Amino acid sequence: MYLKIAQFILILILSPFLFGVINRTKAFFAGRKGSPLLQLYYDIFKLLRKGAVYSTTTSKFFIAGPIVSLSAVLTALLLIPFAGQPALISFDGDIVLFIYLLGLARFFTVLAALDTGSSFEGMGASREVQFAMFVEPALFLSLAVLTRITGQSSLSGIFSNARMSSWVTYDPLIILVLGALFIVFLAENSRIPVDDPNTHLELTMIHEVMVLDHGGVDFAYIMYSAGIKFWLFGTLLVGIFLKGYSCGQVTASVVFILGMILLAVIVGIVESTLARLRLLKVPHFLIVALALAIVALIISMR
Amino acid sequence: MNNLGDFVVIIVLLMNLMMLSSSRIRTCIRIVAGQGILIGCMPLLNDFHLILPGMVISASLSIILKGFVFPWLLFRAVQEANIKKEVEPVGGYPLSLLIGVMIFALSFWLSTRLVYTKPLVSHLAAPVSFATFFTGAFIIVSRMKAITQVIGYLLLENGIYLFGAAFLSEQSLLVELAILLDIFVAVFVMGIAIFHISREFDHIDTQKLSELKDSIISKQDI
Repeated sequence: MYLKIAQFILILILSPFLFGVINRTKAFFAGRKGSPLLQLYYDIFKLLRKGAVYSTTTSKFFIAGPIVSLSAVLTALLLIPFAGQPALISFDGDIVLFIYLLGLARFFTVLAALDTGSSFEGMGASREVQFAMFVEPALFLSLAVLTRITGQSSLSGIFSNARMSSWVTYDPLIILVLGALFIVFLAENSRIPVDDPNTHLELTMIHEVMVLDHGGVDFAYIMYSAGIKFWLFGTLLVGIFLKGYSCGQVTASVVFILGMILLAVIVGIVESTLARLRLLKVPHFLIVALALAIVALIISMR
Repeated sequence: MNNLGDFVVIIVLLMNLMMLSSSRIRTCIRIVAGQGILIGCMPLLNDFHLILPGMVISASLSIILKGFVFPWLLFRAVQEANIKKEVEPVGGYPLSLLIGVMIFALSFWLSTRLVYTKPLVSHLAAPVSFATFFTGAFIIVSRMKAITQVIGYLLLENGIYLFGAAFLSEQSLLVELAILLDIFVAVFVMGIAIFHISREFDHIDTQKLSELKDSIISKQDI
């Protein structure tokens, strides 16, 4: 139990670090030196010391947005197993809770964006919801495939090492699910083929435009929940990738964290080598994830 | 039911989906060529003692034809007719991708209704071969350009070959050789036909072929 709590705290501390790795990778490809690895920590601490300014047109939803999103994402983090170990909370069917907690986080971000009354934020909110329409079924179906393969309906059950041996016979399926989840991962974390986290042109932004009016502590919450969300989806990918890898707990944790850093490097490479898709093409890209997940589900049904 | 067979069959399925979502004709030709090579290898994926010399000959023939000769003919036709992109199908590419997934679901259901008397290379071979077949048929009806319809025709043939290859009997491979010859002649003739159509009409959009040339001229006169 204490170990699990220690691991949870470790994740809380480590997750913003991965953004530093992504930025460093992108800087390497662009031939720049890049910001420090701990930049997101500096940003968060700087913002936490500042006060927030609220527009007179906003209501309580605007204040609730970042807080509810952060708490929903943190609750989802409680359900996610770490390095093959069962999570702090786990029960049958917690997959559904996991997906809906992420949905709740998104819903409140969108509400807060709409609450500002800015037309740009409304546009961002509309895009976010439109793309979520394709991403959420893909995530749901991918997890459903994993459930069918392992016969477990809790995240800890799916990713615990004991059941991993049965995964080997289903290898092609796992690759399909990994493909679908990687696209979901890029879309949910507003990474490049879908959304550019560095863009500051309101017309093309999706996620970033929704949080333009937040400042100070609220913005720190948003940045931190982005870090946690990255960790959540990364755990799904790395957990599948490291299937059947069993060794001591400490080694497994180290390997898992190295896997997360490798994932961040891969995201950095994807971001430096791919161009952002045109907004009209994004649904097409997301439907690919949906198609992969449906195909995997059909194959697993035999 | 070996893993390698499953793996190849799933790649074939993904190639179908790629084909449905790609608008570039050169990419489509490459996909169908790759698929032909993969499917040609299918009979050889089985246990070593089951492979007969006749199978090796027919497999290598189909790989050479579908992987190299057909793409060469099609690339030449594309170059001569100077076409790059297919026109947008009805409902757009995302819809046709989803239809591809539905086709796969349908084929999966269809394959469970069949009774198999022989062991298959992979349990997915039958549904994927149906899916390839129907995807080819769907491409023929949904795409406008004649060249893409030829590619759909090739896809359809890939599906038939995969079905035969999955059952591993020499007779089906003999039949397959005859079909291959037909297809070869067909692609050859279609390549020439496309070139002539594009020279006469400046485009290969099949929807406009029904308009007679005389009527267009008479409209211009009015």
